[in-house]
Amino acid sequence: MREASRDRLKAFLTLLPSMVLIGIFVYGFIGNTIWTSMTDWGGSGSLSLTPEKNFVGLDNYVELFTGFLYSGFRQDLVNAVYYSVMLLVGAVGLGMFIAILLDQKPKGEDVLRTIFLYPMSLSFIVSGTIWRWLLAPQGGVNVLPKYVGMEPLTFEWLSSQAAILEFNWQNLFQVALYVISFIMILVGLYLLKGDSKKAIRRWLGPGIIIGAGAWLFGGMLPEALFMEETHGFNMATLGIIMATVWQYSGYTMALYLAGFNGISQDLRDAAMLDGASEVNYYRYVAIPMLKPITISAVIILSHISLKMFDLIFAMTGPDNAETGHPALNMFLTTFRANDFAKGAAIAIVLFLIAAMFIVPYLVAQYRQRRRG
Amino acid sequence: MKSKVTFGSVFLYGTLGLLSLFFLMPAYMAVVTALKLPLNIDLPTAWEFPTVINWSSFSDAIKLLKPNFINSLILTVCATAGSTILGSLNGYVFSKWKFKGSEVVFTLFLFGMFIPYQVILIPLFQTLRAMNLYGGLPGLILAHIVYGLPITTLIFRNFYSQIPTALIESGRLDGAGFFSIYTRIVFPLSIPGFVVTSLWQFTQIWNEFLWGICLTRHSENPITVGLAQLAGGQAVSWNLPMAGSIMAAVPVLCIYIFLGRYFIRGLLAGSVKE
Repeated sequence: MREASRDRLKAFLTLLPSMVLIGIFVYGFIGNTIWTSMTDWGGSGSLSLTPEKNFVGLDNYVELFTGFLYSGFRQDLVNAVYYSVMLLVGAVGLGMFIAILLDQKPKGEDVLRTIFLYPMSLSFIVSGTIWRWLLAPQGGVNVLPKYVGMEPLTFEWLSSQAAILEFNWQNLFQVALYVISFIMILVGLYLLKGDSKKAIRRWLGPGIIIGAGAWLFGGMLPEALFMEETHGFNMATLGIIMATVWQYSGYTMALYLAGFNGISQDLRDAAMLDGASEVNYYRYVAIPMLKPITISAVIILSHISLKMFDLIFAMTGPDNAETGHPALNMFLTTFRANDFAKGAAIAIVLFLIAAMFIVPYLVAQYRQRRRG
Repeated sequence: MKSKVTFGSVFLYGTLGLLSLFFLMPAYMAVVTALKLPLNIDLPTAWEFPTVINWSSFSDAIKLLKPNFINSLILTVCATAGSTILGSLNGYVFSKWKFKGSEVVFTLFLFGMFIPYQVILIPLFQTLRAMNLYGGLPGLILAHIVYGLPITTLIFRNFYSQIPTALIESGRLDGAGFFSIYTRIVFPLSIPGFVVTSLWQFTQIWNEFLWGICLTRHSENPITVGLAQLAGGQAVSWNLPMAGSIMAAVPVLCIYIFLGRYFIRGLLAGSVKE
């Protein structure tokens, strides 16, 4: 028995260095960044090795969200939200579609799979460099229609000033409530077929109430800014979204393909015997069964889109206003402008958004492991 | 499968064909542009095959990016080895020597995989500077080893949980201890685990950019930073960045094409449970 407890000690000591490293480099560093974001980083003395820091509370965050100078950051944040949503829809949708096609076992499946997945192995800098050339205004993708006898496109992929779905940052709270209500109504409608009572009570009803409340009384909400400032979906980010979907839909394809292969042939045959068509098999059997895979894909893709730095850097350079992203803004604020405190605050905003997705996911996985 | 020409099969192969073209389009463009003479590169004819094949872009790109390529090679090999070995030991403890709270510790490890790295960038920069490691490869290697631990630990933990506990128990009955069970039983069984993990880490570290640009000085820049600088200047003709891109892509593409099976297992390990 003494032997066993000594082995246990050895096991713990083996793990200890890694625990210390993760403790310092992950948790200690996050704490340090939170602290930095609440200081002024010595103001003008910021370039010295040990600047004199003063605690300023949440001033940096207030400045970022309402300050006159930081409308660029707010547009970057809006970009990141649109970008994440479009990337999720695009990469999950296209990846699932390709996986279903390959699940029909066409000839040359291996070669096709290799073609769809190879972008995943490339560096964002490599793909960004190539896509920048592909999206040059008078060449690349824009001249492709000429080869099928159509007019060339004239869209300025990475520098277009056009924006759609604009809203006024002053009405941020109202817009946020609209979005929440919209999502709740969607979830409610989706669940309506199953447990309709619960769907109405938990989602549909509250969603409609929030939406109506925001519409009727939205004018009474405090304004997030003292002047009008519109932000929207910058069309220039479409090129970046396309490149990211190109690079990552192979990944979701691989996930779904592994999932489809894991579904037993018996189940598929049974579904077919019950008269399910090919489409219905995927709609009602296969894809609902792969819900854990969809959740993983959403988590990983949203994580990727939130820290997206390399691809935008390579496609447009770090300071292209139309395609800005908080991750790039953080880099510029910290290392170009030497404003470490604001840089830290931007990083924490990114971190909090990421944590909203990841913490529930990790907790659920932990519970599952303890049960299983 | 019957080889009848139906509407379904036409749709299937047609769509797959179009999608393949979309996925291969950037690769084609890179190769075609890299092979052109600078004066033949012209936006309206960008898609056309070069009339004169010009290989010198590749030798120019190699000349320019060779120091970065060597830096990346040193960085990737050292950091991959370090994080894989530590990950294997951690995975062994987490799967076969569970202690009270080990699942919580494991979950805390995994969290490190999902943070946006911007959030640790400033303290990392300061710490490396205080340790006199800022600017050089050793600091970058350290960062890659530490932040590689979550994924390598995860892959090995899932891999080792497939080794039957009875095998470990019989080893213990034979008088083997913690380390001799590892060296005599677990390690010999985990060669595929090592292949999967090290290939995954190799591609991740080779492709990394954010730390490369923030934490190294010019002479120590990895290949991704070198390529970004090569392509960033507006004056450069496009054949050079394209040749550089191909050069930066070749090592990871080789891994993917020749060892794709293991690469995909690494890819799935991060998201699909055992």
